[in-house]
Amino acid sequence: MTARINETIRLEVAGENALMLYFTSNKNYSNEQTTSVITAEISPNISNNVYQAVQLIRRHFTIEIIDLIPSYASILVVFNLLEIDHHHLRNKLKKVLKQCDSASSKQGRLVELPAYYSLESGVDLARIAKHAKLTVEQVISLHQAQEYRVYAIGFAPGFAYLGEVDERIAMARLATPRLKVPKGAIAIADRQTAVYPAQSPGGWNIIGLCPVDMFNAHAKPSMPIEVGDRVKFVAITKFEFLELGGDLPNQESLND
Amino acid sequence: MTESDNELGLKVTSAGILSLIQDAGRYGAFNLGLTNGGPADPLAFYWANRLCGNELNSTAIEISLGGLQLIAQVDCVIAVTGAPMPLTINGQGTELWRSVFVKAGDSIHLGFTQRGVRCYLAIAGGFDIKPMFGSTSTVCREAIGGLRGGKLVENDVLPCQLAPKAGHKLKQLMLPEHEQPKYSNEVILHTVLSYQQQHFSRIEKRLFFSSEYQVSKHWDRMGYRLQGRAIKADITGILSEGICYGAVQIPADGQPIVLLNDRQTIGGYAKIGAVISQDCAKLSQCRQGDNVRFEPISLSKADNLFHLNLSKFTQTQLINCS
Repeated sequence: MTARINETIRLEVAGENALMLYFTSNKNYSNEQTTSVITAEISPNISNNVYQAVQLIRRHFTIEIIDLIPSYASILVVFNLLEIDHHHLRNKLKKVLKQCDSASSKQGRLVELPAYYSLESGVDLARIAKHAKLTVEQVISLHQAQEYRVYAIGFAPGFAYLGEVDERIAMARLATPRLKVPKGAIAIADRQTAVYPAQSPGGWNIIGLCPVDMFNAHAKPSMPIEVGDRVKFVAITKFEFLELGGDLPNQESLND
Repeated sequence: MTESDNELGLKVTSAGILSLIQDAGRYGAFNLGLTNGGPADPLAFYWANRLCGNELNSTAIEISLGGLQLIAQVDCVIAVTGAPMPLTINGQGTELWRSVFVKAGDSIHLGFTQRGVRCYLAIAGGFDIKPMFGSTSTVCREAIGGLRGGKLVENDVLPCQLAPKAGHKLKQLMLPEHEQPKYSNEVILHTVLSYQQQHFSRIEKRLFFSSEYQVSKHWDRMGYRLQGRAIKADITGILSEGICYGAVQIPADGQPIVLLNDRQTIGGYAKIGAVISQDCAKLSQCRQGDNVRFEPISLSKADNLFHLNLSKFTQTQLINCS
């Protein structure tokens, strides 16, 4: 059931009305043993390919496709069985995605997200600094230095997985997740970072707060970013944070 | 509260265990991390709408286990389909799988079911609920859809179209008894091998398809955790990827989880395949202790079954019983 679309894209079955596109990088292809090995690889190039493929599919399909779920190195294509069958969809996808080229420089938008980093808004900053043998200021500047890619959106509405965080400030998830991570919390888990779109339980390490709504059901668009976009965090002061509509959670709730 | 304060419809006097506003589901928002929600048993849901002369996507109530009590504030036509919950109108026993007139002031009561889990209460013209992301379906975990993103509670008013256009001349319809789905506590789940199936050895696959599983105590609209012979993959996890309806996830303990309407959209557990939609619907009518077996099915056969079922649904005639 596996089919190659080109050197970097493989097409497989997912379910009754769903196909899966798996993306690998070029270098993997040459020494791959079988065509069905799933390479657990996170890379900006692969993400770029995913982004391009999403744009191509959106442009060339209409009612045949119900929805797409792009992720780190895959796209789940859910299709309408009343409009197309999997044979036709496969053939059409093959044709459309031939144009997908990993060498292309087309990439998602660059979006800046304001970040209020401080010991007050980032309850785990001090711990990360200690663990990394760096100062708090160094941790903050390393987090800002990187341009992150939006690899996937899921877990909760508007929760975007951004990567990759500088190795020096990578930090494992908390052994016991917090019951309440505040809305807007900027957090790190291993080499990923994210902004919590709403208050929720969570085990990521909190380093600051972002005043921008990551998910607002009543706004258009509902999210400021999509998979394939690039994100940069820009430090702001407490005053600017409050001016931008940010809300400081009370400290006790963080220690729950 | 909301603008629905001055609209009339059905008023909830007791919400039961879990009663949710649902239409056919939310599609086109997976990229925001929103799951599709929608009726756990679409067939019963579509029948409820057909019996009310509605568009199939009209908004109805999904009642799990039972216990919903409503007072009609307006004259209307309703139909209840699905698990055999005892339905009474003003204390008078009434059949499921048919449309019935209800007058303003009437009380509608759904008792608890011993067999099956979910039933659907549709109303002629559909409930008038404001859609979010193109759908009225409630997904509690996401706080999206329904009246305010959650299950129904006492005193909610579910507004409906005032006096359906044809008014009282609306036909009363019923689905002939031999066409009514029967709910069983033994279900076969036809499964398309897919996703990480190559990470399960031939022996593991054989065990998976030859073992009997029980529904564990963890069963809900998000997914059904099963108990039985553990299945092992040769990998511990995968890079997070999109999860389709019916996907069968095998976590480290080897106990399969079938993911349903309210599943998360992406995840990193290995999956052996995906259960076809008609069997997901049957599974959603099962509860703790019920028995299920997996049976392999080819994608072409799954496709045939889907279209056969659809044409059977379209061609089945309702009986006019007014």
